[in-house]
Amino acid sequence: MASGILTIVEQNDGKVSRIGWEALAAAQEIGAVLNQPISALVLGKNAQAAGKAVAEAKIQQVWFAENSELLNYTPDGFSAATKQIIEKAQPQYVFAGHSYQARDYMPKLATALGRVFMSDCIGYRFEDGGVVFIRQMFQGKINADFSFTDQKSGPNFVSFQAGAVSSDKLAKGGSAAVADAGVNLSGASIRTKVLEIFEGVKGKVDLTKAEVIVSVGRGIKEKDKLPIVEELAKALGAEIAASRPVCDDGWLPMDRQIGSSGQTVAPKLYVAVGISGAIQHIVGMKGSRVVVAINKDERAPIFDLADYGVVGDLFEVVPALTAAIQEVKG
Amino acid sequence: MKIILCLKQVPLKDSQLKITADGIWVDEKNLNFEINESDHYALEAGLRLKEKHGGEVIVISMGPAARLKQAISQALAKGADRALVINHEQPILDPLLSANLLAAAIKPENPDLVLTGLQSDDLGFGQTGVVLAELLGMPHATLVMEIQSLDGRLKIKRELESGWFQYIELPSPAVLTVQSGYAPIRYATIKGIMEAKKKPLKEMNVADLGVPMRQSVKMSKMYVPVKSKQTQILQGDAKSVAKQLAEKLKNEAKVI
Repeated sequence: MASGILTIVEQNDGKVSRIGWEALAAAQEIGAVLNQPISALVLGKNAQAAGKAVAEAKIQQVWFAENSELLNYTPDGFSAATKQIIEKAQPQYVFAGHSYQARDYMPKLATALGRVFMSDCIGYRFEDGGVVFIRQMFQGKINADFSFTDQKSGPNFVSFQAGAVSSDKLAKGGSAAVADAGVNLSGASIRTKVLEIFEGVKGKVDLTKAEVIVSVGRGIKEKDKLPIVEELAKALGAEIAASRPVCDDGWLPMDRQIGSSGQTVAPKLYVAVGISGAIQHIVGMKGSRVVVAINKDERAPIFDLADYGVVGDLFEVVPALTAAIQEVKG
Repeated sequence: MKIILCLKQVPLKDSQLKITADGIWVDEKNLNFEINESDHYALEAGLRLKEKHGGEVIVISMGPAARLKQAISQALAKGADRALVINHEQPILDPLLSANLLAAAIKPENPDLVLTGLQSDDLGFGQTGVVLAELLGMPHATLVMEIQSLDGRLKIKRELESGWFQYIELPSPAVLTVQSGYAPIRYATIKGIMEAKKKPLKEMNVADLGVPMRQSVKMSKMYVPVKSKQTQILQGDAKSVAKQLAEKLKNEAKVI
């Protein structure tokens, strides 16, 4: 019977990613309740170095694989390597952070093993001796409880959204054995060839240090209306930013985008104008100290994490706010 | 180039969603539906490839056939050549089952390329394309921003995290999931709308596909999320809320 939780810990050239630590923290908590041992798997270039860091978490075993076929990430390579380890270890659960890499190959891996992948969970609960995973639906407007129909057998694949589990919860001070997983990829068919990896915009705007950010979403409707938001940003001494659709339409440059595919910011004040607050945006700004949301839809998810909310027409509210800010700032 | 384009219909973005009494779906009675956002971009990618290389774009969609007509007509009016509809009244909440049904319908077509959006705006599992690729025995790429077809190989620009990108090459046939923002989305022309009415549409039932309707996941309850913050919703006309907000930001939150 399948047992244990294997956590795929993402790393980049020897450095463990934050989302990797978060997945381990989830594994520790769920493992403790289900009374299951935790192992971790680290793949790719300098995986052994990252594996040593992972071994400091209180878990039972760390595996690494840094075969030449894994130096550049490919879905075929990572999937084949992980499959071999899963077949050997027979875990009940396989966890990972919901990174772009995990979403690129975990569905393939799960399917190859005839299993389903419970992607992008924001939390979990224990119920009747099993685990219920919580997922967001309809762009964060609704949450839903999901479970595997045959959770006793394995492996059950789960990924957690960034920030779903705090890495502060991680129990450290462990000294797990770090071992080569003994992956053999000589027969693996790796169909993808990586040609080049590059940064999109050279000398991009660094929004991570901005103290105040005014961010605009699809509620702005058209490019010609952007000046009203720029006026507000000017009055606040803020950087201007946007959610993905605004950048997709070319109304603001891509390097001003906040969210999972853009920058992650933590200003003292974040003003979200006409942004509904889809998951992909929220992961980029939820570290903001004070959040103001201006949106016509009172049920927009952005209000769930706003300190101050204005339900109304941004074309009326934003110019009025610019004037009011200028007044109080004297 | 024979391109299959997977299209999903989802409730309009600003819909007021009401959870049904049994707590396991939203009340669809008063909802209007639209094409899932990233699928619009996948369609655009497919139409552009067809314009460059010739061939056909075949739209496939699953759901209540009567309701899907609107989304299908829109895709055909923009330039897709024909459509396949898998009729199924109930929402399918299991991404593995959805992909199995789609794969069964796609396989006989022997496409050169299968395109999907990156993720659906309703369930958001974000994996139908990748699962499809595995079921069809094809390589895949996700978060695709650019597609070039070169002698049986595809050169793809993919988005990575934090503003990084990569170029990769893979053999076709392949499955690609297209990121939003791929290229500006076209509107249907009047001529296109007229022509769409004559384009072939093949309807099939789930039972015709020979896929066991086995659920790997179960959704037991849907609910409105509990607020993580105590939000002060400011009341009044625009001028009054603006004044209250500016004062609160200065004197209460002390951030300006």
